[in-house]
This record gives sequence, structure tokens and C-alpha cells, in this order.
Amino acid sequence: MNNKTSKAILTFVAVLCASAAWAQAGSSSSGFGAYFIYGLIIVAVLVFFMIILQVSDNLMVIEAKQSGAASKGANLSLFPNWKELFAPRLPEYLQGKPLTALRRGHDINLEGEAEKTVDKTVVAKTFAVQPTNFTGISPIPKLEVEVGDEVKAGDHLFYDKKRPEVKYAAPVSGEVIAINRGAKRSISEVVILADKEIKYRQLDAFELDTGSREDLVNYLLDVGVWPLIRQRPYDIVAEPDAVPRDIFISTFDTAPLGPNLNFIIEGQEAAFQKGLDVLNKLTDGKVYLGLDGRGKEEPHAAFTEAKGVETHYFHGKHPAGNVGIQIHHTKPIGSGDKVWVLGVQDVATIGKVFTEKRFNAERVVALAGAELKQPKYVRTYIGANVGDLVKDNLANDHIRLISGDVLSGKKKVAEGFLDIFDDQLTVVLEGDDYELFGWLIPSLNTPSISPTLPSALFPKMKKRAETNTHGEKRAFVVTGSYESVLPMDVYPQELMKSILIGDFEKVEGLGIYELSEEDVALCEFVCVSKQPVQQILRQGLDMMREQG
Amino acid sequence: MKKAILNFLHKIEPDKKKSPFLHTVYDGFFTFAFTPNLVTKGGVHIRDGMDLKRQMVQVVLALLVLYLFGTYNIGHQHFVALGEYTGFLQGVHLKLIYGLILVLPIFIVTHVVGLGIEFFYAYKKGHGIEEGFLVSGALIPLIMPPDIPLWILAISIVFAVVIGKEAFGGTGMNVLNIALLARVFVFFAYPTYISGDEVWVAGLDGLSAGSAAHYGWIHLHVFNPLFEALNLSGYNPASAVVDGYTGATPLSLAYQGGWENVTKTYSDAQMWWGTIPGSIGESSKPLIILGALYLAFTKIADWRIMFSMVVGAAVMAFLLNVWGATLFMQVPWYYQFYMGSFWFAMAFMATDPVTASATPTGKWIYGFLIGMIGMIIRVLNPAYPEGWMLAILFMNVFAPLIDHYVVQANINRRLKRAKVAA
Repeated sequence: MNNKTSKAILTFVAVLCASAAWAQAGSSSSGFGAYFIYGLIIVAVLVFFMIILQVSDNLMVIEAKQSGAASKGANLSLFPNWKELFAPRLPEYLQGKPLTALRRGHDINLEGEAEKTVDKTVVAKTFAVQPTNFTGISPIPKLEVEVGDEVKAGDHLFYDKKRPEVKYAAPVSGEVIAINRGAKRSISEVVILADKEIKYRQLDAFELDTGSREDLVNYLLDVGVWPLIRQRPYDIVAEPDAVPRDIFISTFDTAPLGPNLNFIIEGQEAAFQKGLDVLNKLTDGKVYLGLDGRGKEEPHAAFTEAKGVETHYFHGKHPAGNVGIQIHHTKPIGSGDKVWVLGVQDVATIGKVFTEKRFNAERVVALAGAELKQPKYVRTYIGANVGDLVKDNLANDHIRLISGDVLSGKKKVAEGFLDIFDDQLTVVLEGDDYELFGWLIPSLNTPSISPTLPSALFPKMKKRAETNTHGEKRAFVVTGSYESVLPMDVYPQELMKSILIGDFEKVEGLGIYELSEEDVALCEFVCVSKQPVQQILRQGLDMMREQG
Repeated sequence: MKKAILNFLHKIEPDKKKSPFLHTVYDGFFTFAFTPNLVTKGGVHIRDGMDLKRQMVQVVLALLVLYLFGTYNIGHQHFVALGEYTGFLQGVHLKLIYGLILVLPIFIVTHVVGLGIEFFYAYKKGHGIEEGFLVSGALIPLIMPPDIPLWILAISIVFAVVIGKEAFGGTGMNVLNIALLARVFVFFAYPTYISGDEVWVAGLDGLSAGSAAHYGWIHLHVFNPLFEALNLSGYNPASAVVDGYTGATPLSLAYQGGWENVTKTYSDAQMWWGTIPGSIGESSKPLIILGALYLAFTKIADWRIMFSMVVGAAVMAFLLNVWGATLFMQVPWYYQFYMGSFWFAMAFMATDPVTASATPTGKWIYGFLIGMIGMIIRVLNPAYPEGWMLAILFMNVFAPLIDHYVVQANINRRLKRAKVAA
């Protein structure tokens, strides 16, 4: 304990005892008062002895250190020190590693975790690149292909009019069968009917050791892997002319039913390391890997033994695995900073450009959720058709298909496609039913952080969640619930209110640059007033981005 | 079964365009019976089971025991003044019915007036009926004296809900605690009905010996025959206040003559268990603390506010002990917790999330200051017998300021970090 505070507390206790005794001296009251004073006296005596013990113990330790008996880190005191008492029991592989323990957060335990097998029989036939996946590009990008064209994997499909150097490439080879448009003729999907055997565009070799950074950037832009790099703040496609302060990669997913990246990375170790080497060349700062320090499972060697990177372990509940949280606890994004973030499979894809000389957009995707007959992993490519992936696997037809996790994923129809940054497809029950006295009945299948529902009392119990809102939208009433699930030094509710009233200065000051939708997704989940927190945050991010 | 009810309810649903007010009311009751079939759109796909209805209802649940005790205690105090059935468990039927006859009208008037206004504004603004009044409506009867005239109650609720809440934009937007606003309105507009020694015991002409007890028609002509038929004792219209009865609350006794003066009339146990005169629901400390623990455990009310309020009050009372200029100041600081409505204010009033500080740090400060200021008003101000109502309203006004500084500190921390990095 801090010396000053402990002294202050002791003085306060002493004064309290003395004057309580004095205040009591005149009246000889009975009952409670007298016992209280005896109690205080006993406490005072105990405190006195503790002080003497502590002081003499400290003196002994000092003496021991002076005489050279102390080796570094040894505890010579009579008492165990705080760290020994309160540190979580760490497994072997975490001993002595940099570890950040996050107290706040919440794990939503759902039924239907993907079984660790890759089902090779599941094959998606169509794939799509969706301009809507990329934040910040113009809604109508310039197309380089037409319906009916044959493309190879890695061929350019379109580019952003605002930034023509960033090319968006085809993940598979085949025929372009549709270009679907959304509102105001914006392009929503460029759909490719995949060949049985994927043909790849021939890539020129690039010498990583000798080439300059500029050449490397141009090379990556041309190959088509550039859009896999996202830039914070705002979560936009990385700016080719920007040099990021640092690059961050989270190597574990704590989201509900999130994929096991240790399992996914198996067999791609070399490509992953190569990708890290490439990234190292792109930044002046460091490449940071966030590792799973929860102690349930040792991270894969590809992560723990990665070269040229800073590794940092994180212990805690969701959202401890979110890269935004990890950045906040390693090196927060300040005003004017630009950092890049990538997913593990995105890094591997970049690595494969160098190890395999082709744009290999292969993805291992977790199919999860209680409404699947068999939750499992499948091997496919970026932007696979959702309906193909869950074909013959649905246990129920009243369901919602989600690309990503249940907190920040996107709702998809069976004809839709997985979003580019998602390595998870979740299927949950659609909850459009009425519930009698829903505000009173403690339903077992409703996840919650409130102890008024059984789910908070038995957090390990797995739930079969549904999409019902469990209540109507209201004004902000409850305070403190957002903070309890966001392990950051940020006041989310104040931030949301500032965004809603458009107070730029406060929005910036309260740390909007450090946040992305996935980080506040849990706040939205717990919101008693059912506010659309992620949407409000995006509104704020867009507002700040337009300001420049 | 559920389907049949739902079909029936959908059949009787009033048309939204033809009769919007009826539809609003219908919607209010329908969502009370059934959680709507709304599903998530955009953003998260699954939602926490907690909504505002559940949140508010938990507070009402915590208040139920207080209603039970308060109702009984009204009857008990009435008969103690008359010197009849002075044991707590004597004349149970008389006390319970006596209390009910007083509490039920108060409860009904509160809800008819409050919910009426709520429904009206929901219809006017075209949104669903919000749950805010669920808690306010449950709290208001508990903080009123048992004899409060119903028209005063109605006016105070109109004032609190219209000026205090709807004028600011409805549930979640109010600056001041609605229940306390209703009480403070009575307190300043009709002070004789809510202060002094005489208002805390119901149904007496006065407190001097020989003052008659009065019973209404319902006591004498409905329940007396009923009790007679059941072979139970009835209400006696000839009863009068006994000699030596004061009817004063412990606080006013302490104000007059310190703790010694209090102990002459009330024992520690009486004050602690709450068998003393007072507002309807504020007297029983153990039951309030039970409710407070429930709310803290379920995280409905913030434990930080409760805890720091206790500390704040203790520190202030202790400092007043040290000063000790008047007899009231000399009341040992721990005995201050035996008197008045401290616990009720702590558990149910200060913790209102809308009007309290929103930040965790702010909550510590907010609670602590309420504790201190409330104790100052209680002990040092001769005009007000109890300080918590005014202290909480005062701090309600300052809560945004506290939050402003806490949030500003966070902003400055971030700026400083940026400067260090630069």
C-alpha cells in the first residue's frame, strides 16, 4: 500500500478512536454505544501491534538488503506480498510474461461452439466482394469487370474513385455472374461463380529484404491485399500514403462463439511469420501481437514464437480479445495517431503473397450457433456464400444468419455473402415472439449481466439466445452498466451523449479515436434502454472523419 | 392458451389513428402483459434480458415489505396514542384495517393522477408509455404523512410530474428526483400538513391528553359490524389520547433535549425496528436495509452512493459531536442513524440513477456530500426537522457539475498523454 495513504488512514482511525472515546466519556450509556467503544479499542490495539510488526519487518528487510542477503525479487518479509496473494494463478507459459489483467467485461456463453474439425465437404459455389465492407470508400467504386467476364483470383475487380491506387481483387477465379446494386445505385456485391480448380493471377516476385518501403506498398496495392489492412481511428481501409505509428494484431477472439485462432493458424505458421515481416517493413514503430493470457489454452507457437514483434498477454473477459482494447492498454491512440490493425488470417494472406507468389484468399471459417446441426469449421475463401456454407446443416428454419459474431456481426440472408473481415458465421434463433410478463419472468435462455436473471448468477451455463430485444427503446436511465463491460479508461455513456448532441470537442476528448464498433458492442448488449450504441458510435466516427 | 390471449388482445386493440389516446393506454397495458415481439435490427443481434420495466419493478419489489410494515405501523401508532393495544402484536386486525383505509386511497390517488399524466403525455408525444412513474408512484405514498389530504397529494404529484419530469422531456430527462419533488412541494406549499409533531400520527384531533380519536363511516359502519360478527373487538369512537403522550418524532425530541430526551420516550429497539411515528414507509430500518441490500446485489441501485452517503453522514455527525455546541450536536454520531429517514433516503432516493451522478467517481462524491449536507440540515437548521429531502434535491442539482469535472479530468488525462507522446 502507498505509504502516504496508509499513514493517513491510520491517523484517521486513531483520531476516530480517541475522540469517540472522549465524546462518550461524559455519558455512561449502555448497550450498543459501550460495545462499540470496546470494539474500537480492540481495533486500535490490533492496529497498534500491526504497526509495530510491520515496521520491524520492514527494518529487517532493509537490513537484509544492505547485508546483501536479498537476491532480486526474493521476498524476505514475514508477510507474503500483495502480488503473491492476489495475482491470478498463472499457468507455466505465462510466468514472467507481460500480462495485462482486465477486470471488466462480460463473456456471453452461448450454445453451439464450433467443433475443432475442418469439414472439407462444405464447398461454397459463389463468392462476392462487397464494397460495403470497407468503411470510407466511395459508395460507387469504379468497376474494372463486367458481368460475364472471366477472372482469376487476384484480378482487380474495382477501385475506389477517391483513391484509385487501392485495388480490390477477386478472391477466387471464375465468371462474374452479377453486380448487385443497393440504394442510390451504390454497388453492394460483385458476385463470382467460382471455378472448381482456382486459377491464380501470376504475381511478380518481390524481394522483401532489398526492396524499399514505397515499392512494397505499391506491390501490395497491385496484388490486392491492401484492403485487408484497416486503419484506426475510424476503422477505414489503410491510407497508402500514411506511415502507421504501430501495427496491432489480436491473436485470440473472445466474442461469443468466436473462432479458435490457435486452431485456424495450424498449417499457416510460415505464412503468418512472413506476413509479420512484411508488416514490420510498413511501420516505423512496432508490430504488436495481443496474446491470449486467459490461461485456458496456451497460444499457438506461431504467435508465442513470432519474430520481430512485441507480444503482450491479455487476461480477461470479452472484449479482452478486441484489438481496440489491446491498443488502449499497450499504446493508446491519441489525436493525430494512425495505427493499423489486421486479423490473423489477413496477415497469413499477405504472407502467402510472398511464400506462394499468389493472392491466396483462403479462409477457415467457424460455423457456430445452437441452430446448426453440427457447428464446425470449414475451409473456404473470402466472401463465401452464406447459404452454401450452412446447406443441410440447419436444425431450424426460423433463424437469423449472421456474418461475424452476435454482437457486432451483420445480418445476412441465405443469398448473402460473408463479410471480408469475418471468420465466423453464427446462426441464432429469431425471437419475434411475445413473452408473457417478460419483465418479471427469469428466463433461463436470456443472457444478462443483471443478477435478476439466472444467467448472471450462473455465468458458465450455456444459453440458446434469440434475437428478441427483451424490451422497448427508452431514454438513457441507468448509469454504470456500460462502464462495467468496457475495460477502458473511457466514459462510454457520456461519449454517446456527446455524439448525439454533436459536441466535437468533447467527443474527441472522451476518446472516440480509441473505439470501434466491436469495442462498444457489449455496451449495446447490456443497455437497459436498448439504445443503438454501435450505430451512435459510427455516427460519431463519421462526424469526426468529415471534420478531418 | 398464450395464443388465445394474444388473439383476443389483438382483436380489441384500438385503432391507432382513430383513437390515439386509447391506443397509447392499450399499448401501455399490452407491453406490461407481454414483452413485445421486437427483434434486434443492426448493431447487436442478441440483447440483455434487462429492460427498464424489469429494472423499475425490482425497486417496487424491494418496497413491498415497507408498504406492509408502514400500513400496519400507522394503525399501531394510532392506538399507542390512545393507550389501547400498545403491544405491537395486539389488535392486529384493527391496526391493519386502520392503516389500509389510509394507505389505499393515497396509493390509488398517486397512481391515478401520476399515471394519468404519464398516459396523457405519452399520447401527446406519440411514444410508448415509459416506466418512470412505476417507481415514483411506489415511493411517493411511503414518504407522505398518513393523514395527508388527498387533494394536496394530487396537486403535489401534478406539480412533480408535469414541472419536474415532463417539462424536461420525460423519463430519464429529469434533473430532480420526482418523488422528493412531490414531497418538497407539500413541504413548502402546505407546511402544516407535513411538519410539526401532530401530523405523524393519524386520526387524532390533537396530541394533548383527552383529544378525541375520530373514525370515519367506514370504520364504524362497515368494519365494526364485521368485527362484531367475527367476535373481534372494534373501533371505539369514545377513545381519547392518553396522558403523557407526545407523538413527537425522535428528531424533534433530540432537537429539544438531546439524546437523553429521546430515550425517555423511545427505546433503541423501537427506533431501530421502526415502531415510531413518521412518514408511512420510512421508519423501519432493518426492512429498508434489506431492500437496500437487494438493490445493491442486483445492481439496480449503486452501492457506491449508499456506502459513501453513510460515511458522509457519519463523518459529519462525528464532527458535530466534536463541536458539541447544542444538545442535538452532542447526540452520539452513531445514534443519529437511529433517527429520521436517513436509511430510506439512502436506499431509495439518493440512488435514483437519473438524478444521481453518472460516473463512478462522481457517485462517491455525490453520496458523501448528501450525507454531510443532510446531517448539517438535520442538526443545525431549526426550521427543518430532517435534512435528507433537501440535501438530495440540492445534490441532484449539483450532480451534473460533479460529472462535468470527472469527465473533464478524463479528457485532460487523454490530452496529457498526447502531449507526453508528442
